[in-house]
Amino acid sequence: MRYAIYGLVVVLIIIHQDNWLWDDKRLIFGFMPISLLYQACISMGAAFVWFLATKFAWPHHLEEVTKESPAQETGETK
Amino acid sequence: MTQLVIIGIYLALLLFLGVFSSRMFKGTSKDYMLASHSIGPFLLLMSIFGTTMTAFALVGSSGEAYKEGVGVYGMLASSSGIIHSLCFFMLGIKLWSWGYKYGYTTQIQFFRDRLESDRIGIILFPILVGLVIPYLLIGVMSSGVVISSITEGAFENSFAAYDYGVPPWLGSLVISLVVLIYVFFGGMRGTAWANTFQTIVFMVLGVVTFFVISDKLGGVQAASHAVLEKNPSKLMRGVDPKDRERYSERYNTWTLIAKYNYARRILKTLTLTPEQKAEAYQEFKPRMPNWEMTAEAIYASKNKLYTLTNEETNKALLTQDDREMPDPFPEKWQMGLMSHRDLREYPRKANAEDEKALLIFAGKIGHPEKDLDPNDPSKGKNWTIKKALGVYRASNWAPDAPHPMSKLVFFTYFFVPLSVGMFPHLFQHWLTARSAATFKLPVVAHPLFIMIVWVPCVLVGIWATSAMLDGSPLFPPHFPANAVLAAMVKKMTSPVLAGFLTAGILAAIMSSLDSQFLCLGTMFTEDIVVHYAGKDRFTDKQVVFMARMFIILIVAVTYGFSLLEPRRVFTLGVWCFSGFSSLFPIIFAAVYWKRLTKPGVYAGVLVAFGSWLYLFKESKYALEPDYTFLGMMPVATMVVVAAVAMVGVSLVTRPPSQETLLRFFPED
Repeated sequence: MRYAIYGLVVVLIIIHQDNWLWDDKRLIFGFMPISLLYQACISMGAAFVWFLATKFAWPHHLEEVTKESPAQETGETK
Repeated sequence: MTQLVIIGIYLALLLFLGVFSSRMFKGTSKDYMLASHSIGPFLLLMSIFGTTMTAFALVGSSGEAYKEGVGVYGMLASSSGIIHSLCFFMLGIKLWSWGYKYGYTTQIQFFRDRLESDRIGIILFPILVGLVIPYLLIGVMSSGVVISSITEGAFENSFAAYDYGVPPWLGSLVISLVVLIYVFFGGMRGTAWANTFQTIVFMVLGVVTFFVISDKLGGVQAASHAVLEKNPSKLMRGVDPKDRERYSERYNTWTLIAKYNYARRILKTLTLTPEQKAEAYQEFKPRMPNWEMTAEAIYASKNKLYTLTNEETNKALLTQDDREMPDPFPEKWQMGLMSHRDLREYPRKANAEDEKALLIFAGKIGHPEKDLDPNDPSKGKNWTIKKALGVYRASNWAPDAPHPMSKLVFFTYFFVPLSVGMFPHLFQHWLTARSAATFKLPVVAHPLFIMIVWVPCVLVGIWATSAMLDGSPLFPPHFPANAVLAAMVKKMTSPVLAGFLTAGILAAIMSSLDSQFLCLGTMFTEDIVVHYAGKDRFTDKQVVFMARMFIILIVAVTYGFSLLEPRRVFTLGVWCFSGFSSLFPIIFAAVYWKRLTKPGVYAGVLVAFGSWLYLFKESKYALEPDYTFLGMMPVATMVVVAAVAMVGVSLVTRPPSQETLLRFFPED
């Protein structure tokens, strides 16, 4: 699943390069430039992909660290 | 004065927050530097977001959109939404877990352990500090500039040289002191709380400002339609043919003005009689600012009242645009005519407009709240020095040429946000997390937060290009882009909102400054003093004391640098981020690549540093803001060559010990 998430990130990076909207000055909803709307959707898409990452690719084993940490038990810093 | 009072109240609130959070201080160095790993998801999200969004988030986003159009969102914001969260997810959580487990406070402690190298600290320390200091300077200087612009006219008789507002040096000093006090007392806990508070402030005020401004412009649709009609290129990344035509017309008229002024002022071969002037004015329409000179220039050209050689014409263009006159004058420009692109190759004289504008408009400059003519209020108020400079630039300099955004630059801008992977202050914020799960909220919400702040600011920036107020354009040509938001707020909203928005802008600046000050203090203490003097030599209280003293020293040094007015520091911003990005391959490999070796990292760091220096020199030390290398952002080359050097040298040198590998990669 982790690789699927990384695949989605690569897709986001590719579709972020919206060459087809380069010369498009259309206003959507009467005020929103189409390329700005598209890029705002990329931001929402990014949030969704990262949400999927927290659900399906989260490194749960790292959460164990708080239970087994020698440095924290002694209150040490390096 | 209202704005000044609101800013004062806001700063007092912050101080209270810092001092209050110090009541929860446990007295240990770990608490001071890492808030005892006690920060939960919401505080982590807000403090990380506040730290990564500098003044650039509000002021720069609207300013860049004003200059370059809507493309800046894709280039700077949506790319950051993807890459920042990628860094939090792939680097932040792992580094947090090692920091938690092995007690790291700084990046250098991690690298020393991971690479089994004490000396890596000696190489990395000056590079990281050297890159953070310009970043700090940007914040300290912009805070002074923002306070100064918004408080124009606040004083009756003092600070005339600063338009009767707070001088930038004083604004910067106050902001530095406020940040120093809450970091000094509150440490990381105070910083996290203050960042959270400030992030809420600048996000809310950003959205409120958006609605107030759009309302003043007749609603969002009217504001965007004005852009579609007057500056359509700002709605896309290419250039609209209409804009190209308008520019061509304006540039031709400007060249006539340049030649006319050269003939009458420099060669002194032309003087229009009052009758000729009257005839020129009679024929001329429309009557925009500076129309008289334009009318005279067109009249003189049409009636062939002067003749200039090609060399004289070129000199006329350089003079009119305040460019450096080459000496000796190149042969090719004695024969051929310069295009606008050729003209721009010659740097503009530093502060050229200052002297001339003050001389030309001396009679109009004064206290901005007082009438220009006390006997005739209809003539309006006195001009500020800033307005005089603006009018001078607009009426003398060549119009800006519309230019498309390069697709390759747009793509390679992706390398810039990689810098967050190597920001030492962000590393320290990651370590404050209570648990790995704390990262979930920041990873998901960060791109959305960027969108919430940037989309309204980008819209306001493009609206500013075409907005009208009382029948005339809101901004003259060549208006400084970074002043667009503050000027719009001042002209279009009430003093109360202007005061609040300034507090919001300062909040964005301070929420980065605090983490950086604290981080540098921590690095000096942990990586140099404690590391070399020995851990047992100091008590915990002494360590906290030293960190605090270093923070005072850093604030003093940064403030001292800001007084030298290194104006180019603003253009150094992207170079500073690029430097951090060039080190990204090293942190990434340290986390994921077992075969990474100490010599490999040395090679990567040195190549990153060397390529940075070379490209920085090629960009004429940031004097060329649009400098590209092979048509790409220079950072792309830096990252690639640093990665190649690191991988190549690692593969031919001895791998790390089994003990180290087991420590960092036990699952394998």
